[in-house]
Parts: sequence; C-alpha cells; structure tokens
Amino acid sequence: MELNQVCYETLRFDKPWTLENYRRIGGYQVWERILREQPDPVSIVEEIKKSGLRGRGGAGFPTGVKWSFMPKGDPSPYKHLVCNSDESEPGTCKDRDILRFNPHALVEGMAIACYAMRSELGYNYLRGEFMDEPYGRFSQALKEAYNEGLLGKNIRKSGINVDLHAVLGAGAYICGEETGLLESLEGKKGMPRFKPPFPAQYGVWGRPTTVNNTETLASVPTILRRGSGWFMKIGKDEKNGGTKIFSVSGHVSKPGNYEVPLGVPFAELFELAGGMRLGKKLKAVIPGGSSVPVLPAERIMTATMDYDGIQKAGSMLGSGAVIVMDEDTCMVRVLERLSRFYYAESCGQCTPCREGTGWMYRAVSRIENGRGHMEDLDKLVDISHHIEGHTICALGDAASMPVWSFIKHFRDEFEYHVRERRCLVGPGAVHRELAA
Amino acid sequence: MNTEEARARLGQSVCDEIDSWIAKFPEKHSRSASIAALRAVQHAEGGYLSVESMDAVAAYLDLEPIAIYEIASFYSMLETSPVGRHSVSVCTNISCMLCGGEAILSHIERKLNIKVGESTPDGRIFLKREEECLAACTQAPMMMVDHVYYTNLTTEKVDQILDNLE
Repeated sequence: MELNQVCYETLRFDKPWTLENYRRIGGYQVWERILREQPDPVSIVEEIKKSGLRGRGGAGFPTGVKWSFMPKGDPSPYKHLVCNSDESEPGTCKDRDILRFNPHALVEGMAIACYAMRSELGYNYLRGEFMDEPYGRFSQALKEAYNEGLLGKNIRKSGINVDLHAVLGAGAYICGEETGLLESLEGKKGMPRFKPPFPAQYGVWGRPTTVNNTETLASVPTILRRGSGWFMKIGKDEKNGGTKIFSVSGHVSKPGNYEVPLGVPFAELFELAGGMRLGKKLKAVIPGGSSVPVLPAERIMTATMDYDGIQKAGSMLGSGAVIVMDEDTCMVRVLERLSRFYYAESCGQCTPCREGTGWMYRAVSRIENGRGHMEDLDKLVDISHHIEGHTICALGDAASMPVWSFIKHFRDEFEYHVRERRCLVGPGAVHRELAA
Repeated sequence: MNTEEARARLGQSVCDEIDSWIAKFPEKHSRSASIAALRAVQHAEGGYLSVESMDAVAAYLDLEPIAIYEIASFYSMLETSPVGRHSVSVCTNISCMLCGGEAILSHIERKLNIKVGESTPDGRIFLKREEECLAACTQAPMMMVDHVYYTNLTTEKVDQILDNLE
C-alpha cells in the first residue's frame, strides 16, 4: 500500500513546507496552466466531480457538486471561497499537518477552487490555537505565492484576480460547523445559521460562499495534475474514490496521520499504526472523530475504511479520526468526558442541545460516580434520540451519537457501574468518589 | 469613547495590528476584525480584557460594546478577568485522556499547588480549563503554553517546560 500520495506527498523531503519542495512534486503546475490557458471553469468542476472527491471534514458531500451550487456569471470579488481549517473534532489532527508540512498544496487548491467558482476572494479560517506553527507556515506560503506572482490582481497579466487571506478563530468547537464559521468570520459569536438559505446563496456577508475542508482543497492540485481517473482508482469505487488521511490515536503503538487509499481494511491501517501498545487487547474504536458511533473490536476488525464500509459496520467515516481503546478502558468514563465536551461547546441557541447536552453529561457523570440508577440508561438513550435531528446544526447529533452507541455496545459496563457502584475494567477499577 | 480616545487608549502598535486585520476584509466589514482585535489587546495588556479595553475596541471598530462583550465571553481563548502571565492549557479530551492527559494535569495541579482554572498567587502561571481537543491527538498527551504546542508529554518534560517560564 502506497502512503502519502496526495496531501502529504512533500513529507518525503527534509523541509516539506518549502515552495522549492512543493515545486519538486509538480506544485503550481496546474495553477500556472490555468493562468495560461484559462479553461472553462465548468470543466474544472466536472473534473473534480469525476474524481469522486468528497468533503474530508466529516460530512462527505461530493466536492464538485458543492462547487456547482455557486452562481455562475463573471468572476467576482463578491463571491467567496472559505477553507475550514478549524479542525476541532476530538481525535482529528490531519489538517494541522497539512498546514505545517504542505501549506502550498492548500494555497494552490484554494486558488484553483476560486477560479472554478469564479470567486476572486478567499479566506482560510484557522482555529485560534493554530496561531503559532500552522498559521505561521500557511501565512509564509501565502507570502511566497504572492511574491512568485501566483496570487493577486491580474495575475501574470492573465486578467485573473485571486486574493487569499488567512484568519484566526479564538477557541470554539462550533466554528467548525460551516455557518458557525461564517458567523465567526464576520466577527460574531459562532452560532450556526438556519438552512436554507445555504452558503452558496447566502454565505459570509450575505454573499455566495462555498466552505471546503483543508484536506479537500489540498487534494485538488494533485487530482488535476494526475487526473481524476488516477485519483478515483486509488480508492475503492466511485463513491469511495481517492485517498483519505486517518489520524490514528489512543492506545496504538505508533499513533500518527496516515494517508492511505479509501477502502483499506481497518486491520491494515491498525497494523500501520503498530497495533495495540503494551500487548493489550483491542476493545473499541471510534472510527471518524468523537461525534460518530463507537464500534466494538469485532465490528471494526472486519470493516474497510471508506464511507460505505464504515456505514455498513454501523458508524460513519466522519473526519477520519480513528480513536483506539484497549481492554482496560472504562467506557463510562470515556463517555463522561465526551459528554462534558459537548456540553461545554454547545453554542446554546437550540433548546434540545443546550439543555440536553448538560442533562446527558450530568446523568453519565452520576453513573460514573456511583450514583446512577438503572432507569437512567434508557432515559439517556431516549433523550439522545430527542436531541438528534431537532437542532439547527449537527452538534446535537454529534453529542447524541456517542451516548446511544456507548450504551448500546457496552451496556453491561454501564449496568455494572450502576449496580456495583464501581468500575468493571482496568487496574484502577475503583471510581473516583469511592476512592476519595 | 470616540475613535481618537479609543486610539489613545489602545496604543499605536495595537491599532496598527487591528488595521492590518481590517485590511484583509472587504470595505465596511471591519467587524470581521473584532476577534483579532481582542486578541491583540489581550496580548498587549497582560493576558486579559478589561471592560475599558473592550469598550475601546468597540469604539475603534464603530460597534456597540455588547457586540464585543459577547465575543469576549463566547470564545475560550479570550479572558475577561485577570489571569497569570503564562497560559497553560492541558488537553484532557479523548485521545489525550487515553494517553495520560489527566495525570499530566493532576501533576501540574500538585506542582503549582493550584486547581485547574486558577492562577498561581505570584501571577506567573494560569492553568486554563481546556474543554476542547487541540488537534495534536497523535502526539498525545499534549499541552499548549502561550500558543506553543508541547507534545508527547511526560511529567519530566512538563517540569522542564514550566520551570523555564519566567
């Protein structure tokens, strides 16, 4: 299996982030060809559609289709491309490495996307915590691209204008939701907007806007350089084409970001990550970031890592954050921590999410601390289903899926906690309150 | 407060930084610079935002003060009460938790003799309560000290980093 063929291709060089090294892999060839030949923007959108590229931030929406929603007409500074580098889904750290190690691929991808959607002004929104290294590297890449005459007004006398800027958030998970991000880009609280209208009609400052994930945009130059067919064929099939970066974290021997073909068996990815550390047994995996349903070992071990494969196993590919847990992991404790996160990060505008996340956190916390009741388990599942689908954005769903899936697959552990008022697993199988 | 008073209150270098952010956005959309403006002020004024400084930012950007207050309270990296000079955020979200992030946090609490959310009495270190995942999950456990990430932490490494903070 070949690693790092698209977004991480420069990783084989010493200083993978330099313009020189990006040029060595054919960087900016596509953009320079576009500047010279000025193809019909529609042909680029069609090529991306054919490649099978889907949104790599979590939703998996076909990128070319999303691009085609933007209004046609002349190129305009009143239409916007926005890159979502807010990367906040627990377990996910792939975009940070694109920004640090191959920022020029993102610059080129954003320039191409602007041209394809006839936008003359794009923004990369990075989470505030990225202000040191990732923002520094990306800003440097932007500066170099301007100095090389690859961005700006009337680029190389082509008549094409593309300006790109990098901006920073200030700490809020909800700004990873695309309309929350647009609110934040307007300098407001990151409260998601009701849809429709969708951003392609009414985005940042009320103008047509497309929001794409960092990995999605950074894949674009290689796809167009090597061909949509090449990219598609790396993956499994038409719906699961190309490569995907998986951030494998938790109890593995070699945690890391692995860029592999979509459709690779989980067992192979697991082996790449060195298998379990300390010779422990695999207990469970969250395959796509903390917001997707957890899968017990036997389910994930036979799954393939692609949109359909993970769905068949009972979860979602999400952002590609693979969180691995060993036999000593207390599932009640993990759920308690995740529930606290969603409770803290709910923006508060929808009642089911604002009230429900706090309710779920307190209930799980009671169970974890030996004060739970058996009826809490069904009540938790019930409440989670009443939040899901009843909120403006997907944070409500994201908070619910861990709750019902943890209880569904590891109910015995939750029941043990309630009944015995202690933990079923682990060397420290005494819960905190009793120990105190 | 008018713009000139705001400019005097904020100081030239902060105003220059705010202006550089305003330049990134289309005309008449200087509100987009409000997050960056608050960050600049926070850096310049000892790590937190006083009501007076928030009012100055509002005046400088020609916004109602509430538009600034609500941002300052919404975003976790903005502080609205005095904190220690160095901000330390230890990630305890899932990947870090699985790799000992909570033990790192307890170690720091014991070492500094403060609880998470507090600052040391000498004003040297603020131990922030971090709910979010900081996106360095494959290098867990990790912490952020004044915007710099420190990864694959051990208690020895943490001691060294914290002891070197002035």
